[in-house]
Amino acid sequence: MDMLAGKIKTTLAPDAPQGAVDPLNNRTRIAARDVTVHYGAKQALFDVSIDIPDRAVTAFIGPSGCGKSTFLRCINRMNDTIEGAKVGGRIELDGEDVYAPDLDVVELRARVGMVFQKPNPFPKSIYDNVAYGPKIHGIARNRADLDEIVISSLRRAGLFEEVKDRLNEPGTGLSGGQQQRLCIARAIAVGPEVILMDEPCSALDPIATAIIEELIDELRQNYTIVIVTHSMQQAARVSQKTAFFHLGKLIEEGRTEDIFTNPVNKKTQDYIMGRIG
Amino acid sequence: MTDPTAPARKQPSARTLQVRASLRRRHLSEQIFRIMGIVAICAALGFVALLFTDVLRKGIPAFHQATLHLDVTYDPALLEIDPIPVRAAGQSDADFRAQMLRWQRGIAMLNWNKVVEAAMRAATPAGFEIDTKSLLSIPETNARHVLREAFVADPSLMGQTRRFDLLASANADNWSKGNIDRTLGDAQQQLSPSARQLIDTFEANGTLTQDFAWGLFTNVDSRAAPASAGLAGAFMGSLYMMLVVICLSVPIGVASAIYLEEFAPKSRLTDLIEVNINNLAAVPSIVFGLLGAAVFINFFNLPRSAPLVGGLVLTLMTLPTIIIATRAALQGVSPALRQAALGLGASKTQMVFHHVLPVTFPSILTATIIGVAQALGETAPLLLIGMNAFVAAVPGSPVDQATALPVQIFLWQGNENRNFFEARTSAAIMVLLGLMILLNAIAIILRSRLEKRA
Repeated sequence: MDMLAGKIKTTLAPDAPQGAVDPLNNRTRIAARDVTVHYGAKQALFDVSIDIPDRAVTAFIGPSGCGKSTFLRCINRMNDTIEGAKVGGRIELDGEDVYAPDLDVVELRARVGMVFQKPNPFPKSIYDNVAYGPKIHGIARNRADLDEIVISSLRRAGLFEEVKDRLNEPGTGLSGGQQQRLCIARAIAVGPEVILMDEPCSALDPIATAIIEELIDELRQNYTIVIVTHSMQQAARVSQKTAFFHLGKLIEEGRTEDIFTNPVNKKTQDYIMGRIG
Repeated sequence: MTDPTAPARKQPSARTLQVRASLRRRHLSEQIFRIMGIVAICAALGFVALLFTDVLRKGIPAFHQATLHLDVTYDPALLEIDPIPVRAAGQSDADFRAQMLRWQRGIAMLNWNKVVEAAMRAATPAGFEIDTKSLLSIPETNARHVLREAFVADPSLMGQTRRFDLLASANADNWSKGNIDRTLGDAQQQLSPSARQLIDTFEANGTLTQDFAWGLFTNVDSRAAPASAGLAGAFMGSLYMMLVVICLSVPIGVASAIYLEEFAPKSRLTDLIEVNINNLAAVPSIVFGLLGAAVFINFFNLPRSAPLVGGLVLTLMTLPTIIIATRAALQGVSPALRQAALGLGASKTQMVFHHVLPVTFPSILTATIIGVAQALGETAPLLLIGMNAFVAAVPGSPVDQATALPVQIFLWQGNENRNFFEARTSAAIMVLLGLMILLNAIAIILRSRLEKRA
């Protein structure tokens, strides 16, 4: 397992290309200030403030129940769907308050796509899975347009070559890793600016995980990506910025290399050394 | 059989022995439970088998009925009627119609029983003495109507002889089927000795045979001619009611379930509604009948005995079933599917109609068909809105007077002519059960098909 992990690391996490901009100098896409979340009487998130840079991968790490997924779901307001969830504080996407009363949550979710922990393709054909988003948002003007969007999305998700001959077969018939890439293609098809990924590889085997990680690395050229992960190796491999959550609080955030090689906080050190978790 | 390479068997430890001792008790209790289960299933199956054999044993004979094959002569000497009027030149339309009406009335006024009697006498072997009353007790009383209708349809029959298959009367059918004890004295017999003898003669020479009783399906109910009583009217009445039930209860039930489950804010009020819908499902059906009589008939003045009202009452009864089943189906949809839709920016309505509803469709369909099947078999509420009236016509629309299959069973089972209607009742039960089995089979097939497709 270690050997495999090492191999993936060497083959899939190429050094930053020459002349690449330091990710933390990128402009801030999402700014969160003092975000709190209550589930009924229980507080799940305490005053989280963080800036998420454009065109980079930001990873949220931390032990189970630390609030990283809760925070992720605040960004596209998926917490709205949970009975009794209350969100406080302020989250801005490009300077615009995500929780403003006049903001349409449907529009927000078209701009902020999401990939879930368990691959959840619709019980429809592969084509319809990807075409659904563009259809409901009126993005495609005609059938040819839609075909183009579906194919380019599948291609960008690295799935097209594998499924091009069976676009009309159900998406649920694909393997786990393919399903997850289908979900990524589905999210991309809407043309979002931000993609949130909630432990996208936790239900996948190491090979499928490696493929998805490679894909994430490619996607950051065009998208702002926020990924929640249980695996510290994964955070180290794919992200440029890392935030460590513990018991509902944001303990430490910074460049991924700094967090992993030189953590400031004792708790972060303990977690990275495997002493808590 | 000792294998020298195998490790020596270790003596079981005290803990293992403890477990082993408890094992026997556990296996025994499992055995007892299994036996009880098998006994329960056998008892249930036994009762079902009892029901079916009883219904089949009694009902199957009713599908065959004593039928007379007679050569009927439309003898002008017996039927004194002018030839069918032909429109004279210059005759006004109204005048011609009046003349035609007079002619038709003349036909109705003729004594058609004379023709029946002549045909019967012609079939009777030479030398057989029988009085007219006894002779006419053998064919069913509707025989004269059958002959008259045939003449009205084809006036050229006058003077001709044609072969007719006429139903024998209920009493003759009973006698020929052996439902009547032949040793009983004349005073206890419905038919005179000569009539009984003639039936036996007819049976011997093939004038009277047991033919398939198509009339059971094509005729309406009848009291004057019990042998011709059929299910057509009740069947159509039930069909119209089912139409009303499906058209009303499915959209209303599914829509309210979707609203309550997906859109309504969770509050004390929706809790109250939920509890009340569950209670409604347990309300005795006769109460719905009372409600229907009070509201639909007395307040809205809808016609009595109409399938429309029956359908409305049964809709009220079916709604809770459909709402509860649909809600259960919606609750069973995985949250992952909802999140996938919402995460893509689908609105709540889009999520429900594009993703949740298609997945739950098979369950909703099954619930609907089972609810409708339940409504199909319901009798009590229909009695209260007048659907137990004697209706001798096939309803042409949902507002015509009609009866329903279960009510027809109820009516036949109470008929005075027990000996004849016992079999008819069981036959009607078979038709109703067949319809139910068909509906349930459709539900099962559709469900498995739709689930395979999903």
